[in-house]
Amino acid sequence: MDALDLARWQFGITTVYHFLFVPLTIGLSAIVAILQTAWHRTGKVEYLRATRFLGKLFLINFAMGVVTGIVQEFQFGMNWSSYSTFVGDVFGAPLAMEALLAFFLESTFIGLWIFGWDRLPRRIHLACIWIVAIGTNFSAYFIIAANAWMRHPVGFTVDETTGRARLTDIWAVLTNAQAWSTYLHVVSGAFIAAGLFVVAVSAFTLMRARRPRRAGDAVPHASEDGLFRKTLRLGLAVTAIAGALVVFSGDHQAKLMAQYEPMKLAGAEALWEDEHGAGFSLFAVGDIREGRNHINVQVPNVLSFLATGDLEGDVQGINDVQQRLEQQFGPGDYRPNIAVLYWSFRLMMGLGLAGVGIGVVGLWLTRRGRLPSKRWMYRIAILGLPAALAANVFGWILTEMGRQPWTVVGELLTAASVSPGVSLTEVAISLSTFTLLYAALAVVEVKLLLRYVAAGPAAVMPYPPDDDPGPDIPAARERDDDRVPAFVY
Amino acid sequence: MDLQTIWFLAIAVLWTGYFVLEGFDFGVGMLLPVIGRDDTDRRVMINSIGPVWDGNEVWLITAIGATFAAFPAWYGSMLSGFYLPFLAIVLALIVRGVAFEYRGKVDDDRWRRRWDVAIVVGSTVPALAWGLIFADLLRGLPMGPNHVVDAGLADMLNPYALLGALVTGSLFLLHGAVFLSLKTDGPVRVLARAVALRAAIVAVPALVGFLGWTLAHRPAGWTLPVAVVAVVALVTGAGLAGRGREGWGFASTAVSVLGTSVVIFGSMFPVLIPSTTDPALSLTVAGAASGPYTLEVMSWIALVLLPFVIGYQAWSYWVFRRRVTRAHIAPAH
Ligand code: HDD
Ligand code: HEM
Ligand code: HEM
Repeated sequence: MDALDLARWQFGITTVYHFLFVPLTIGLSAIVAILQTAWHRTGKVEYLRATRFLGKLFLINFAMGVVTGIVQEFQFGMNWSSYSTFVGDVFGAPLAMEALLAFFLESTFIGLWIFGWDRLPRRIHLACIWIVAIGTNFSAYFIIAANAWMRHPVGFTVDETTGRARLTDIWAVLTNAQAWSTYLHVVSGAFIAAGLFVVAVSAFTLMRARRPRRAGDAVPHASEDGLFRKTLRLGLAVTAIAGALVVFSGDHQAKLMAQYEPMKLAGAEALWEDEHGAGFSLFAVGDIREGRNHINVQVPNVLSFLATGDLEGDVQGINDVQQRLEQQFGPGDYRPNIAVLYWSFRLMMGLGLAGVGIGVVGLWLTRRGRLPSKRWMYRIAILGLPAALAANVFGWILTEMGRQPWTVVGELLTAASVSPGVSLTEVAISLSTFTLLYAALAVVEVKLLLRYVAAGPAAVMPYPPDDDPGPDIPAARERDDDRVPAFVY
Repeated sequence: MDLQTIWFLAIAVLWTGYFVLEGFDFGVGMLLPVIGRDDTDRRVMINSIGPVWDGNEVWLITAIGATFAAFPAWYGSMLSGFYLPFLAIVLALIVRGVAFEYRGKVDDDRWRRRWDVAIVVGSTVPALAWGLIFADLLRGLPMGPNHVVDAGLADMLNPYALLGALVTGSLFLLHGAVFLSLKTDGPVRVLARAVALRAAIVAVPALVGFLGWTLAHRPAGWTLPVAVVAVVALVTGAGLAGRGREGWGFASTAVSVLGTSVVIFGSMFPVLIPSTTDPALSLTVAGAASGPYTLEVMSWIALVLLPFVIGYQAWSYWVFRRRVTRAHIAPAH
C-alpha cells in the first residue's frame, strides 16, 4: 500500500458516495417541481401535500449531495496535485463554470424555495424550484464535460516547456461527443433512480395501508391513498421514460467507447483477441495471465452490433490493444482490472434494466386505477430503488476503472497524477476519517428518511381538525405577512 | 493590466466575498451556545442565516474552482501543501451543512444538542483555519522544486499564523454578532450587541497586531491605508451595533473584513507561495497561471455571469430582509 493506492481508494469511495445522492437530487428536484406545478395549475391541496412531503425527503438528500460535493472539489488539489497542475488549464474551466452557473443558482434558489413559501408570490416561488432543477442539470453537464475530457481529451495541446495541458478550444471541450452522450446517459440513469425513489416511497405507504391493522397503529388519512396512487404512477412513468433514454444513450456510449477506449470495451466484454462479428458475453471465467477465457457463454454477433452498429463489425480484443498501446506509448501494462469491468458492466445493465422493468410492468399493473394485490409486488417495487442506485454506481466503476491506468487517456497516467508531497500517513488519516464520517452520516440520513416516510405527509403538513383533507388552495396570492414560514430550520 | 493580474484580482474578489459573507454565518454558528440561551433562541439564530448560508459557501467553491482554472499550480500546491488544515476545513463544512439541515428534523433535545455541537465546531474550525492558512501563505513555507510544499504541521503553527487564526476567528465572531443584532429581535438582539462589544476587546488588538506584522513582513505601500480603514471600521462597527445603529454597524464590520482580505491579497501579490527553502523556488502569479486563452475564456464567463449571481443573491437577501423573532418560530415540527 502506498499513498497512490490510498488516494485511489479515497477517490473511489468519496465519489461513489457523492453519486448516491446526486442522481436523487437531479431527478427529485424535477419531480418536486412537477408536483408543485400541478398544484399551481389545479389548486388541489393533494398536490401541495405531495410537494411538501417529497420536498422534505428531497431536502434531506440534497444536504448530503452538497456536503459530499465539496470534498470532491478539494480532493483534486489535496490528493492529485500533479494531475491538477497538468489539467487545470482545461479541466478547471468547466469546473469554475459549474460553480458560477450552477452552484450559485442552486444554493440561492433552494434557500428561497425552502424559506420562501409565504414570502414570495406563488408563481415566483414555483419558479425557484424549477431553477434549482435546471441548475442541477447545468451542474451535471459541466462536471461531465470535465470528466468526458479525461476519457477523450480534445481541444488542447501540451505545452513543450511546462509539460502542462493548454486549452485551445473551449467549444470542443464543451461539445465533446463523450460529454453530451454521457450527460444524456447519466441524467436518464438519475431519473430512473429518482423515479424509483418515488415508487418505493409510494409503494411502501400503500402496502402498509393494506396490511391488517394492529392495535396502536396510526390510521393514515383517507386522502392519502389517492395521493400515493398518483405519485406511484408518476414515479413509474418517469422511470419508464428515462429507461428508454438510458438504453438509447447507453448504446451510443458503447459505440464511443469502441472508438476512443477500445481497451475498456474489450475489458468489459472479456474479449481477448480482435474479432469480426463478435458475440456478447453472458457469462465468462477468464485468466488475465494467459490472456484467454476458460468459459464464455455468448450471444453471437451482438457485441459487434452494440459497438459498431453492424452485426459483422470488427471489435478489438485486449491482447491486441495491449500490443498496439505498447507500440505507441512504450512498454507497460495497459490493461485495467478486467474482472471488475466485466461484472460492473453486467451489473449496471442487469440491475438498471430490472429497475426499468419495474417501471414498465408497474405502469401496466396500475392502469386505470388498479393496484396490485400481492405484497411481494410492492416489495419488489421497493427493491427497485437500491437496484437503480447500484446500477449507477457500477456504471461509474466501469467508466473510471476502465480508464485505468490513465487518468487522462493517452496523456497522463494515474501513477503520475498523485500529489508528490503528500505522505502515506496523511492520506491514511483522511481516508479513514472520511470513511468513518460518511458511514455515520449514511446511518443518520437513512434513519431520517425512513422516519419521514413512516410519518407520512401529515407530519409535514397537518390535516385540518375536521378530518377532511383541507380546502383546495387556489394558486392566487394571499398576502399575510405574519404567517409562519414553512420549512424553517 | 495583463490577464494574469486580472485573474489574481478576480480570485481575491471571490475570497473577499466569501470572507465577508460566510464570515458572519461562521460567527453566528460560533455564538450559538453563547447567545442562544434556549432552543427557541438558537432557532432564531439559525433561521437568521438559514436561507443564505449555502449561497455564501458557494463563494468558496467558486474561489477554489477559479483557482483551479486560472492558477492550477497554486491550487495544487496550496491544497496538497496544507493537507491537514484543508482536511479539517472540509470535515467541518460537512458536519456543519448537514447540521443546519437535519437539526430541526427530529423533535428531540439530545438530537438537537448533538447537531448544535456540530454547528459550533463546524463554524469555529474553518474560521480559525482560514486565518492560519492565509498567514502561512504570506509568511512562506518550505517548498522544493516543482512547487512541492514540504511542510509539516509544526511549520504551519508559528506565532504569525496563530495570530492570523485568532484574527479571522475573532473578526468573524464579531461580524456574526453584529449580523445577529441586525437580523433578529428580542433577547438574541440584546445579547448580540453586548457580545459584539466584548468581542471587540480581542478582535481589535489582534487585527492591529496582525496587519502591522503583515505590513512589516510583506510591505506593499498602498496596503497601509487599507489596513487603517479595516481597523477603524472594526471599532466603529462594534460601537455602532452596541448603540443600536445595527445597519451601519454591519456595513462597518463588513468593510473591516473586506479591508483585511484586501491587505492579505495585496501583500501576497505577485508571490503566491514564497519558498523558505530557496526564494528562487517560490510560486509566482506568472508561474502558476493558465494560458492566455483559458484566462480569456474565463474572463468572458465571469463578466457575463457574476453580475447575475450578485443580482439574485442580493435579491434573496432582500426577500429575507425582515428580522427573525421568537414569534416566527413554529413551536415544534
Ligand atoms: C440506472 C442507471 C443505468 C442503466 C440502466 C444503464 N446505465 Fe450505463 N452507465 C450509468 C448508468 C446506467 C452511469 C452511472 O450513469 C454511467 C457511468 C458514467 C456514465 O457515463 O454513465 C454508465 C456508463 C456506461 C458506459 C461507459 C461509458 C464510458 O466509460 O465511456 C457504457 C458503455 C454504458 N453505460 C452502456 C449502457 C448500456 C448499453 C445500458 C443498457 C442497455 C446501460 N448502460 C444501462
Ligand atoms: C469530473 C468528474 C470525475 C473525475 C475528474 C474523476 C477522476 C478520477 C480520478 C483522478 C480517479 C483516481 C484514479 C484511480 O483510482 O483510478 C478516479 C477514480 C475513480 N472514480 Fe472518478 N472521476 C470523476 C467522476 C466520478 C464519479 C462521479 C464517480 C462515481 C460515482 C467516479 C468513480 C470513480 C471510481 C469508482 C474510481 C476508482 C477507480 C479505481 O480505483 O481504479 N468518478 N476518478
Ligand atoms: C468528481 C467530480 C465532482 C466534483 C468536483 C463535484 C463538485 C461538487 C460540489 C462542490 C458540490 C456542492 C455544491 C454546493 O455546495 O451547492 C456538488 C454537489 C452536486 N454535484 Fe457534484 N461533483 C462531482 C461529481 C458530480 C457528477 C458526476 C455529477 C452529476 C452527474 C454531480 C452533480 C452534482 C449535483 C446534482 C449536486 C447536488 C447539489 C448541488 O449541486 O448543490 N457531481 N458537487
